[in-house]
Amino acid sequence: IMCASAKYNTRGPALIPRMKTKHRIYYITLFSIVLLGLIATGMFQFWPHSIESSNDWTVEKRSIHDVPVVRLPADSPIPERGALSCRMHTCFDVYRCGFNPKNKIKVYIYSLKKYVDEYGTSVSNTISREYNELLTAISDSEFYTDDVNRACLFVPSIDVLNQNALRIKETAQALAQLSRWDRGTNHLLFNMLPGGPPDYNTALDVPRDRALLAGGGFSTWTYRQGYDVSIPVYSPLSGEVDLPERGPGPRRYFILSSQMALHPEYRLELEALQAENGESVLILDKCTNLSDEAPVVRKRCYKNQVFDYPQVLQESTFCVVLRGARLGQAVLSDVLQAGCVPVIIADSYILPFSEVLDWKRASVVIPEEKMPEMYSILQSIPQRQIEEMQRQARWFWEAYFRSMKAIALATLQIINDRIYPYAAISYEEWNDPPAVKWSSVSNPLFLPLIPPQSQGFTAIVLTYDRVESLFRVITEVSKVPSLSKLLVVWNNQNKNPPEDSLWPKIRVPLKVVRTAENKLSNRFFPYDEIETEAVLAIDDDIIMLTSDELQFGYEVWREFPDRLVGYPGRLHLWDHEMNKWKYESEWTNEVSMVLTGAAFYHKYFNYLYTYKMPGDIKNWVDAHMNCEDIAMNFLVANVTGKSVIKVTPRKKFKCPECTAIDGLSLDQTHMVERSECINKFASVFGTMPLKVVEHRADPVLYKDDFPEKLKSFPNIGSL
Amino acid sequence: MQTRKKYIFLTFLASCLLVFFFGGDQLRHFAFFSGRKAKARRHWPHWTDRSLLKSFADPEELQRDGDPSLLSPRERQAAWLSVYKSSRCRMETCFDFSRCEKHGFKVFTYPRERGQPVSESYGKILSSIERSRYHTLNPEEACLFVLSIDTLDRDHLSGQYVRNVDEKIRGFPLWNGGRNHLIFNLYSGTWPSYTGDLGFDIGQAILAKASFDTESFRPGFDISIPLFPKDHPQRGGERGWLYQDSVPPKKKYLLVFKGKRYLTGIGSGTRNALHHIHNGKDIISLTTCKHGKDWEKHKDTRCDKDNVDYEKFDYQELLHNSTFCIVPRGRRLGSFRFLEALQAACIPVLLSDGWELPFAEAIDWGKAAVVGSERLLLQIPSAVRCIHPERVLAFQQQTQFLWDAYFSSVDKIVHTTLEIIKDRLFPHRSRSRFLWNALPGGLLVLPDFSTHLGDFPFYYLQHGSSPSKKFTAFIRAVSQAGSLSQPILRLIQAVSGSQYCAQILVLWSCEKPPPPSWKWPQTTVPLTIIQGRRKLSDRFFPFEAIQTDAVLSLDEHTSLSTSEVDFAFVVWRSFPERIVGFPTQSHFWDPEQGRWGYTSKWTNELSIVLTAAAFYHRYYHSLFTEYLPAGLRELVDGLAACEDILMNVLVAAVTKLPPIKVTQRKQHKEVLAQQAECRDGAAGTPPPGQRSPSAPHSAPAQSKGSAGSRRFSQRQDCLNQLADWFGYMPLVSSQLRLDPVLFKDQVSVLRKKYPRLEK
Repeated sequence: IMCASAKYNTRGPALIPRMKTKHRIYYITLFSIVLLGLIATGMFQFWPHSIESSNDWTVEKRSIHDVPVVRLPADSPIPERGALSCRMHTCFDVYRCGFNPKNKIKVYIYSLKKYVDEYGTSVSNTISREYNELLTAISDSEFYTDDVNRACLFVPSIDVLNQNALRIKETAQALAQLSRWDRGTNHLLFNMLPGGPPDYNTALDVPRDRALLAGGGFSTWTYRQGYDVSIPVYSPLSGEVDLPERGPGPRRYFILSSQMALHPEYRLELEALQAENGESVLILDKCTNLSDEAPVVRKRCYKNQVFDYPQVLQESTFCVVLRGARLGQAVLSDVLQAGCVPVIIADSYILPFSEVLDWKRASVVIPEEKMPEMYSILQSIPQRQIEEMQRQARWFWEAYFRSMKAIALATLQIINDRIYPYAAISYEEWNDPPAVKWSSVSNPLFLPLIPPQSQGFTAIVLTYDRVESLFRVITEVSKVPSLSKLLVVWNNQNKNPPEDSLWPKIRVPLKVVRTAENKLSNRFFPYDEIETEAVLAIDDDIIMLTSDELQFGYEVWREFPDRLVGYPGRLHLWDHEMNKWKYESEWTNEVSMVLTGAAFYHKYFNYLYTYKMPGDIKNWVDAHMNCEDIAMNFLVANVTGKSVIKVTPRKKFKCPECTAIDGLSLDQTHMVERSECINKFASVFGTMPLKVVEHRADPVLYKDDFPEKLKSFPNIGSL
Repeated sequence: MQTRKKYIFLTFLASCLLVFFFGGDQLRHFAFFSGRKAKARRHWPHWTDRSLLKSFADPEELQRDGDPSLLSPRERQAAWLSVYKSSRCRMETCFDFSRCEKHGFKVFTYPRERGQPVSESYGKILSSIERSRYHTLNPEEACLFVLSIDTLDRDHLSGQYVRNVDEKIRGFPLWNGGRNHLIFNLYSGTWPSYTGDLGFDIGQAILAKASFDTESFRPGFDISIPLFPKDHPQRGGERGWLYQDSVPPKKKYLLVFKGKRYLTGIGSGTRNALHHIHNGKDIISLTTCKHGKDWEKHKDTRCDKDNVDYEKFDYQELLHNSTFCIVPRGRRLGSFRFLEALQAACIPVLLSDGWELPFAEAIDWGKAAVVGSERLLLQIPSAVRCIHPERVLAFQQQTQFLWDAYFSSVDKIVHTTLEIIKDRLFPHRSRSRFLWNALPGGLLVLPDFSTHLGDFPFYYLQHGSSPSKKFTAFIRAVSQAGSLSQPILRLIQAVSGSQYCAQILVLWSCEKPPPPSWKWPQTTVPLTIIQGRRKLSDRFFPFEAIQTDAVLSLDEHTSLSTSEVDFAFVVWRSFPERIVGFPTQSHFWDPEQGRWGYTSKWTNELSIVLTAAAFYHRYYHSLFTEYLPAGLRELVDGLAACEDILMNVLVAAVTKLPPIKVTQRKQHKEVLAQQAECRDGAAGTPPPGQRSPSAPHSAPAQSKGSAGSRRFSQRQDCLNQLADWFGYMPLVSSQLRLDPVLFKDQVSVLRKKYPRLEK
């Protein structure tokens, strides 16, 4: 390329002057066209995603009537019925899924065909609206692959959602001739309405050999735990009716039954309940004398009163979901959408997604035998719990019931979790509604442990150039019995730390870490040198803490290893005039933070600070050279939900050598800056995680009238 | 001319480009042009006529759902009963719920027959049941029956195999085809196939079995229990080996296994492959061929070298120093290894396809173990390497929680089994999966108390709520005089002055009736008198009247000021799961006498907060009364001053944390001459306040007189008996006291919120 361009350059100047004007214009036009072309090429090369996402030319636009027709000979093979004993390790071929860093299964969808029998009569409706939505959702998801050779799971495009809409034998034959059928291994079928009259089997009757079944209405006898997936029966009303979420709380009716075709025996029992408990129980039925215009499915009647369905469900606290001929009922979806707590009366029914969803939090299951006791059972549930169940019910609908897409993705995720269990979605992620995920905490150090005293702690002194003061701190801290190592973080890049021989001689190892940049966050880096769980962060000017005070602080930390345990306490306050948070360092009766100029904490928080600090807080702290301690307080409080522990009485934290009082803290501009930090961090965290408390920790016998020499920590609080 | 040629060439090129880029879609379908774009994923088509598609079921079909007149619910029930028997048993068809309605969940154990010895393990199981609060001696009121025949070892080659079980059971009049029976089993089948066969017909009995396979497991009916060794402790049990949350949580080895390599027979598929993942560095997988009598017959080329390597590592050392432990199937699906790894906080990597994991109905094993697939053994190293350290830390803690909550003793294993069955009987009063898998564990959560998370002291943080802002003062009056004493009047005044006080309850535990209502002081909060049954354990009875989360437990002689009460309550709200109180005592191990010592002297530590002045959550009343076995409460009622120690032991056993002491105002010459008490000698706890300072751990001061020392020795006895009941000493010591932030600080009193505490 270099050569070519050099050649062109030598020729070019000689060429152009000789051209006529006409030619020149021609030439320029041409040149710009070529340029345009090049730009266009560039656009296509570098923005490939915008093109794919538009989906215009990767997705076919065809009519369903154009799909190829497959004729099934009468004697084409039928799959076996399939064994009830199938489990993932016996009937599923995991080798197809393989190990991949994303831990995602790959799902292939067969292309759509129309199946006819020998005589040309069609086997079923080609595809229903819902099944098309389901396949579209899978196709748009990250599980999808179009490469049949790389697929781990195969989804036939043969629609078996409703058993009544298909011919069983011929559908089975259609399945058997799929290109990768192989006894149904790794094939997934979706069915919502299984069985048919008279016996209404609880699983799809189409023989399917080893195929997995995502079925609505499984009973405990047909459901192969850990193999099949129980799914909801989709209610098309979900898409048609918009029921806004209603706040939890008491509603007009206590129990509502809205199903139309109840068995007379059930209806009698419900009516008995109504007779006993009066107007708080409402038993609806279909309307008999409606004008033709109103669809039957959108109205319900009680005597002469007409109610809108499903809106009426929002008027009740509990809604009965009784089994019909089938166990799975579409009304469950409507009930959840209305935020009504379902009362499920269907013995042996496997609830939708029961492998991952904790239905006890969103529903009440009552054995059919106990129907007469329903009212008293429901009455015994505390009101606060009912409100949570209402919220939970609505959340289940939003996350797992509201669309075919939601149903499809939850099903695939469940199968994915079985194949990659170490990357599985947790109970909390499946079950906690966003509001709970937001307001609750899951403490990473949740096990109540009091770490052994013998391990001791590592003191980390952050220093810049106050060598004399630093040496005093080292000498003082080294007197603490439980100190096991001392780490000096030398934050001055322009100056070398003093020679080894000059450092104080102490009884524990002393290490100096030199940093690459003078950053405050260096104090919270999880250095490999820290071998203990407990870390004491201490400034190079904190020389006023006695050995007793430090040792006691360590003992307190052992009792609260998941908290910040520190000496000087600070408080955040809401400034009503300014409408924002304010930092307070005065003598207050409350604390919500401790300064990390002298504080014990778990090494784990060093990891959190360095790698998990939300937003740009870490950079902000380094840029402003301030507030690293406030950030740490926010971080710990946010992840544990707990307050800090301030230990021992207040002291004047004044170092004789420095000019500023109390470190820097009393400086006016400093205070303003600290307040700004709090406001900034609160906005990044999206909440104010700090907890205000009125207590501090002292030794059991502090200031008690007791011989000092018998106290474990006599030298506390002396100035 | 040359230029013109060039122009023409350029024109041609440009038009080609133009055609290519603006010339429409068709061209792109040529593979020649599009290159990678031809490989763009082919998605599910967007059908042009998709809006015309019909729904999978018409709305009416969905809402009417079949023909209801077909089979009545009763007929269906009857049909089920005849079809779903033995191997297809479910609670609905094989369990008689009506037996449990009248008397609740009661368990009857068949009387042990003479000349019918049971194995050590089965003896422990039986005594666990007999010690439980569900045990009954009357088969009439029983809901569940447990055989006295040892069914643990059903390997007919074993010495403990009991013969003719079928005959024996048929002789039991209560057997009833096994209905409502629970059968425990650890080993079934024998060489070479090790099937699930028990050698007798269990009929409709629930099977609680180790090494359950998913195929024969009857979901919602049977229970999978862990395999435990015969020296597994009856109660208490060793704690887990995780003493601290190390970060990073990695240990010396990543993944270890040390065990037998089966050369033939069932289970050899996995065991024979384990050596492949050994890398001698962070993955240690050692196998030996030496097992059985004739191993040398099957010996292969690896054996000699493997056997040598095998001896180089110690199993215990590996357990202690590895992050993950492989728990492969043996001949049977479960192994002792599983519990060993769990206790050692070595995260189990399960390679046992088709094993129904222990208590999987309740326990979410995904939080504590890696469930691997035998077929994907070679992926295991990379899979565990990819697990994030944060998750490893959580896994480790969860192993310890599960070990301690459900597995560390035979008592816990048996009680977990019983509670799972009980939850099935009363589904609306049962534990959610969350409760089983969060601290302090399902056994300590009584669904009869509540099923709402916010009603328990343990879940405020996970639940995002906080305890109620008021408390109930609960005063126990034992005063013999028919009138009200001065101290109780003062106490009522002080407590009712607290802004946080919702109500005062007085538990009147004296023979004489309480004074008429007009004699009681006028208070701003409601004051209610409850007539007690004059038992010491009464004071921890879950009275209906207690409606606030917090209870302030008081004796009538307690002297407290409003400030003290206010401050203590504010502190309690930060520690709602603990006891927060004023006077404290401590326990210590007395090596000379080989028993636990107890001291009420001033010490630098504390482990017991007297319930004569303490805040705690009202749930502990329910735990005390419902959870503890009746025998323990009888023990407490029999001793003079033990109930508060039991309460402390209980809370410590639940929380694993010490109680909290808060500031107490200096008190002057607390009335030590014990006030007149009820005649029956039902002594209350000693008065809160100061005792003469003396060195800790010394014998009781003689000056206190014989009553004092009798009391002291009773409390010491109590402590030792409780430690015995629990199987370990649950009390935990603390070295701190919580004071107001400005307590005794050199700052103006006016600035202090609780100035009165300093007088």
